[in-house]
Formats: sequence, C-alpha cells, structure tokens
Amino acid sequence: MRPVESAVVAGTAPGVEMLGITKRFGSFTALDDVTLRVAPGSFHALLGENGAGKSTLVKCLVGYHPPEAGQIVVEGREREIRSPHDAHALGIGMVYQHFTLVPSMTVAENLVMARDDVPAVVNWRAERARLAGFLRTVPFQVRLDAPASTLSAGEKQKVEILKLLYLKRRFMILDEPTSVLTPQEADEVLGMLRDMARAGHITVLIITHKFREVMAFADRVSVLRRGRLVGAGAVADLSPDEMAEMMIGTRAEAPAMRETSRREPGEVRLAIRSLRVHDDAGLPAVEVESIEIRGGEIFGIAGVSGNGQRELIEALVGQRARVSGEVRVHGEPFGARRREMARHRVFALPEEPLRNACVPSLSVAENMALRGFDRRPLARGGVVRWRAVFAQARARVTEYQVKTRSPRSPIRTLSGGNVQRAVLARELSEPVSVLIVANPVFGLDFAAVAAIHERILAARDSGAAVLLVSEDLDELLELADRIAVMFDGRIVHETPKAAADLGEIGRCMAGHVG
Amino acid sequence: MSSATATLGVPAADTPPSGESLRERFGGIVESIAIPLGALLVAMGLFGLFMFVIGKDPLQVYRLIYKGGFSSAFAWQNTLQRGAPLILTALCVALPAQAGLIIIGGEGALVLGALAAAVTGHALDGSATLVVQIGMALAGMVAGGLWIALAGGLRQYRGVNETISSLLLTYIAIAVFNQLVEGPLRDPASLNKPSTMPIGDANMIGSIPGLDVHWGLVYGIVFCVLSYGLVRFTTPGFAVRVVGGNVRAARLVGLPVGALVLGACFLGGAAAGLAGMVEVAAVHGTANASLIAGYGYAGILVAFIARHNALAIVPVAILLGGINASGGMLQRHLDLPDATVLVLQGIAFMTILASETLYGRWQGRGH
Repeated sequence: MRPVESAVVAGTAPGVEMLGITKRFGSFTALDDVTLRVAPGSFHALLGENGAGKSTLVKCLVGYHPPEAGQIVVEGREREIRSPHDAHALGIGMVYQHFTLVPSMTVAENLVMARDDVPAVVNWRAERARLAGFLRTVPFQVRLDAPASTLSAGEKQKVEILKLLYLKRRFMILDEPTSVLTPQEADEVLGMLRDMARAGHITVLIITHKFREVMAFADRVSVLRRGRLVGAGAVADLSPDEMAEMMIGTRAEAPAMRETSRREPGEVRLAIRSLRVHDDAGLPAVEVESIEIRGGEIFGIAGVSGNGQRELIEALVGQRARVSGEVRVHGEPFGARRREMARHRVFALPEEPLRNACVPSLSVAENMALRGFDRRPLARGGVVRWRAVFAQARARVTEYQVKTRSPRSPIRTLSGGNVQRAVLARELSEPVSVLIVANPVFGLDFAAVAAIHERILAARDSGAAVLLVSEDLDELLELADRIAVMFDGRIVHETPKAAADLGEIGRCMAGHVG
Repeated sequence: MSSATATLGVPAADTPPSGESLRERFGGIVESIAIPLGALLVAMGLFGLFMFVIGKDPLQVYRLIYKGGFSSAFAWQNTLQRGAPLILTALCVALPAQAGLIIIGGEGALVLGALAAAVTGHALDGSATLVVQIGMALAGMVAGGLWIALAGGLRQYRGVNETISSLLLTYIAIAVFNQLVEGPLRDPASLNKPSTMPIGDANMIGSIPGLDVHWGLVYGIVFCVLSYGLVRFTTPGFAVRVVGGNVRAARLVGLPVGALVLGACFLGGAAAGLAGMVEVAAVHGTANASLIAGYGYAGILVAFIARHNALAIVPVAILLGGINASGGMLQRHLDLPDATVLVLQGIAFMTILASETLYGRWQGRGH
C-alpha cells in the first residue's frame, strides 16, 4: 500500500455518538432508546436482522429521518441534523447498497458532479489537475477517464468511497457495501477502509449481515434487535456464536411457538430437485439440491433477504424461468402452467401482493376471479359470467372482511392489509394441496398479521403442504414445522423446529457455516 | 351497529354495496368521454390559433370542416368512406393495447394485407365470387396478423420495444411491397403506376346498397363489435386484460402470457390486414402505391382518442374521416394545402396524449 501523505485526506477522523435515539413511524417504534458510540478512527460494525432498525438508525444520522428523541454528538459537540445537507456539512457521508454513479459519465465527471457547488461552466482542465492531485493522496487508483459503466462492481464501490473522500466526508456510513461484490473485491475494499481508519483519516460505520467481515475487519460491533441495542463490544472479545445470539436473541421473550402439526405429515406433495435459477442480471441466484414438503406441514425458509429466496419463489410460481432442475407436485412434473395449478391445487401468497398477485387497475371482483375465471361456475363455454364473478366477490369480501367500498373498486385503492386479504380470499377459498408463501405479513398491522397466520395454519391443518419463505425468524418459529436456512442461493441448514438451535440458525444466516 | 342494521336488511357497515357513489360507479365512464372530448376541443382551439397566425379566419375553417365532413349526404358518404379503413387500423392499436403493448405498425400490416389479398384474388379469379372474396379477406388478415405478431414476438421473446419495432417493420413492409409490386408481381399492363394483376371487377366487394359507401365500413363495425365482445365477455379476453394489467400476476395464476400477447397482436394485425384487403377489393382493384395513404398512422390517433375501447373506435374513426374529407374543401376555398388537416390531426394527437395524465382525478379513490 502506498503511504498516505497529503492534506486532502489527512485531517482528523470524527467520532460520533448517538445517545438515546428513539424513532417512531406512526404507532410502530422503529428505534427505542438506542445509544451508539463510534470512536474516531474506528471501524464499527452494526449488526442485526432485517427490520432490526439498522437502516433507520443511520438514516437518523444522515438526516433523512430526524429522530423523535435523543442527541447526536459529533466531535464532542451536540448537533442537530435535520437534513442530509446538515450531515454533509458535518462530514458525515453514506455509501449505499446500490451504486449512485451515472453510468454514462466518466469517473471524473461523476466526482465533480457530486459537489454541492458545481459551477455553471466547468473548467475541466483545472478540475482534472485538482482531481489528479487529490488522487495522489488516496491509497488506491481509479481511471479518471473511464466511463462508470465500464468499471467492475469493486471499482464502482471504490469510486463511491473516493467520492466521499473528495467531498471531505470523513465519517463514512456503508450500508451493506459488499452485497454486490465478490468476496475478493469485498476484502480489498474493506481492507482499504480499515487501513485508512487505522491511519486515523476516516471513521467507518458499516451495516452488515456477514460475521466473516465483522470478524476480519471491524474493531467494535453494536447489535440491534427489534429497534433496541442488545449488545456492543470489541470484536476481539466476541465469538460468532455470541454475536448470533445477540442478533436473533435467545427467544426467551419470543412469542409462544404454535403447536406443530398434530398429524403425521402425509405423502410428499412438493419436491424440488437440483433447481438452478438466475437473477435479473443472469447470475446464478438459486442452487437448491433438494426440498421435499409433505402434506400437513409448513416448511420454513429463513435467511437474510437477497440470498435467492425471491428468485426461488418466482421460479416455483412461474414468474421466473428455471435454468435446470425439476419441480414435482404429487410426483408429476410441475411447470407452473395454469392447468397444472388447477389440477394439483397449487396456490401462492407472494410478497408485495399488489405487485405480484393483483392487477392494480382491475376491480376487487376481477382480481378475486383470477384463479377461477375460466372455469365453472364463473365461466361457461368460454364466456365469463360477470354476475357470478360479482356474487363470488361479495361473498368473499364478507368472509375475509376485505374493506372495500365496492367489489367494483380498483384493487389499487385498497390498503395493503386489504389487498392481502383479497388475495388470501382468492388463494385459500378452494381446497389447497400446495401453498407457496413469501413474507406474507410484511408491512401489515397486528390484526392483519394474526388473521393471515391463522389462515395459513388452517390450510396446513387441512392437509396442504406449505412452503413459507420469510425474513422474519419469529414468524418462522411461530408457524413452521421444519426450518431451513438459505444463504447465497443454497439451503445451508435444515432442522425440525423442535430441535432448532437458534445460534446455529443465526450463524448460517450470516454465512458462517460449519 | 352493524348487527342492528343487518337485521333491517341493510348490509353491514364494512362492505356497503350502496356505499359506492355515482361518482365511483360512473366516474370512469364520464372521464373517458369528457377528457378526450376536452382534448379535442383544445386541439381545435390550437389549430384555430395556427390558422389565425397564417392569416385565415378560424371560424371559417371550422365551418368548412363541418361543411366538408358532415353537412350533406354527399359529405357524410365521403366521411364514412374515409372513416372505414381507420376503424380497422385503430383496432390494430387497440387490441394489442389490451395486452399492454403499444403497437404503431398498422400501416405495415395494412400494406402487406393488401398485397396478400391482391395476389390471392388474382390467383383465385374464376372461382365463385364469394370464395374469392373470402380467400382475399383471409389472406389479408393472416398476412397482417403475422406481421404484427412478429413485433409482439420480438417483444415477448427478445425484449425488443414493440413500439419501435412495429414502426420500423412498417418501413420494411412498405419496401417489400414496393419491391414486389414494381418487380415480380407487376402487371405488365400497368405502365405509369406499377400495380399487381387486377383481381377482376366481378370479385370487387362493392357498395352497401343505397349508399356510395363500400362494405368495408360494415366489416370494420362488425370487427369492432366482435372485438369488444371478445375483450369484455370471454375468458381469453379477460386473460389478455390481466396480462396487460400486470404480467407478474398473470404468470402467478399460470396464464400463457406469450400466447396471449401473440394472439392479441395477431388479431390487431388481422384487422389492419383486412383494411388492406378492403382497399384492394373495394377501392383500387389491385395493389399499388395508392393504398399507402397513412391510414395505419391515422388509426393510432383514433385508438388513443377512443382509449382503446373497440366500440368507441367507430364514432371516433368517423369523426376523423370527416376531418380528412374536409381537406379538399379547405384546399378549394381557402387555398390551404392538403397537409392542413394533418396539422390538426397532429395537434389532436399531442393534446390526447397530454390529457392521459388527467384520468383518475374525478373518480373517488381510496378511503
């Protein structure tokens, strides 16, 4: 590594203390009296499950959500951060999970453009000279004239960091910065940040799920769970087991687990073998060797989001092409065709129901008819019987307590919970053999959650094989009979719920297998 | 409270069917009539301003448009004659739109449909008239249908934007048409105007009895009514609307998205192909460059004004036919060029597109 020499980077790394931060969204308390102390020049990791409040906490610091209560102390002085602008002025900057470079512009243009004070006419010769001088002061090199689109993911991430240095933001917050990087790129970027922090030039606060990175690079760690700070300490004093326990808790206080299915599971209803699926970028996202789910059981898949769960569900329900492998229902190949779904009675409750399971512009009644519109009693001889469609909708609206002004209202006018109820009504009104569920209660209120969980359990008790993917471990512990963990597209752990070892599940979710 | 009212026969408070106001029930319909109408009025205003700027009296222009398009039986026949092909080419936009595609390549489907019909008509000449006419209609529809299905397939299976590809396919269709009509398919007897071999007077489809309007108008209206019924009342029609509204939801319930998209495109292209057949079998008697008259493009405007509603297409196409019919009148009386009515059409298209953002303001939304 080149020695860090000059004045641009040099300068003291700031320390930040967030004291007693509380943040509420409506009736939901996202952060409850959280205190976080990040010493100058430290490399501090912030750990937690999805929804633990990590992102909310850093958004309080960069001014997106000013907190309701609490103090923020920067370099020993209490500050009020009301907007990102305030945060920038204090030298606090953030690198986001996804890149914020303009792909068609060069690195130099991206850097200059990011400034608050871009002149109307840019003197590129002077700017380039200044940038070149600045680059000599940082411990890594990028090509100033390369268009951002030609850079690799690791190089883009470096430019994002470079941008913060260029803008003199020496308190760097990184939100899962390595999620789009290869392990080698991740090590390079994190190693570089650590070295700059050790040299006292920057302070790093990094949000991550990966224990490996915490163990290898961070010197301190704070752990959030359900909006509370549940642990903090020097990484050297902690083992992955201890961190996993902090992160997902011992569950002594967890909601009572539901009784697992009383009946012996029936025959195998859904079988997945050697399934390979790619993500939107065409990269491997799912490599599942074998999943078998029997009638009368709920098979839960845990995992941090972005580990292939979404692609797995999409491949099962027909929203994404499968690269190879096979899916069988009742022992017969299942290609997610309409006829197969009807014959095998396969239903699904995908996440984000308005996006995945509804036609927003069509009415509640039409959306409730999406499964049955081409069969009796809703259709006869290829003609839809609208009278029957509306009669069915009125009955289901009442039974499932969907709050809508009329069955004719476009479903996009309903609240999230009512959209999900309308989808439940459609997917669970007929006998169900196989039910595929993903994050069914995300963003819903307590009453809706309870009702939806009851319906899923009722489907299981009537003999359905249920695949439940959830980012909420409590939901899985409450509902599932067996729990598996998905990491990096693979099932890395599987256990009956009775024998579930939370520490092991937590480690597997964080990619610390073995 | 709900139990008390329920015993009185009033539905429970949660789901009152009577809670739906007139606004919610009919707001959509009122909007889809009032907004395009308003946009057309704005377009007329802007056009009048344009006329004023170039030194013509806008009021006289409006009067002449009315006179040339709608004032007499003669004007009406001219209007209907010009509106007939627009009905069919508008369907070429409106039917794929149900599946969520914006197809603007009706002109290409029309041209190829006309060519296929002309070739078929000549080949079958000598058979029973009805056989020749049905053969021509089928050939035109299949040719046009496959052409637009090609644009749909490019979109569905290769991710090519269907709006761009259908437009570019039109240029290819016209080039192919010209190549064949001036080359291998040319009637040696057509000297000044290269044409295909005539289909024969006996095989022409002729006029509606008592009117100087050819049967193409009836074909168009029947095609519209059938399309409306298909989209509104049949299971494949509903499935296509689901695909058009949200492909992800369509996949979730196992609909064959590719087949539905291709089917909607094929039917749309078939309508434009039939328009080409009508041009050959009712107007020109042969395929030549005269039938490349922009009907395919005017159909785009018709479909957008009609909000892709197959029934609304008929009056809108006739209205536009009337405006086109008045072009000659403007030319004779005000010494305005032929292109004047195209200016009006262009302005109308812009105002219609701009008015799209106004929908949903009058309808009751949310809770």
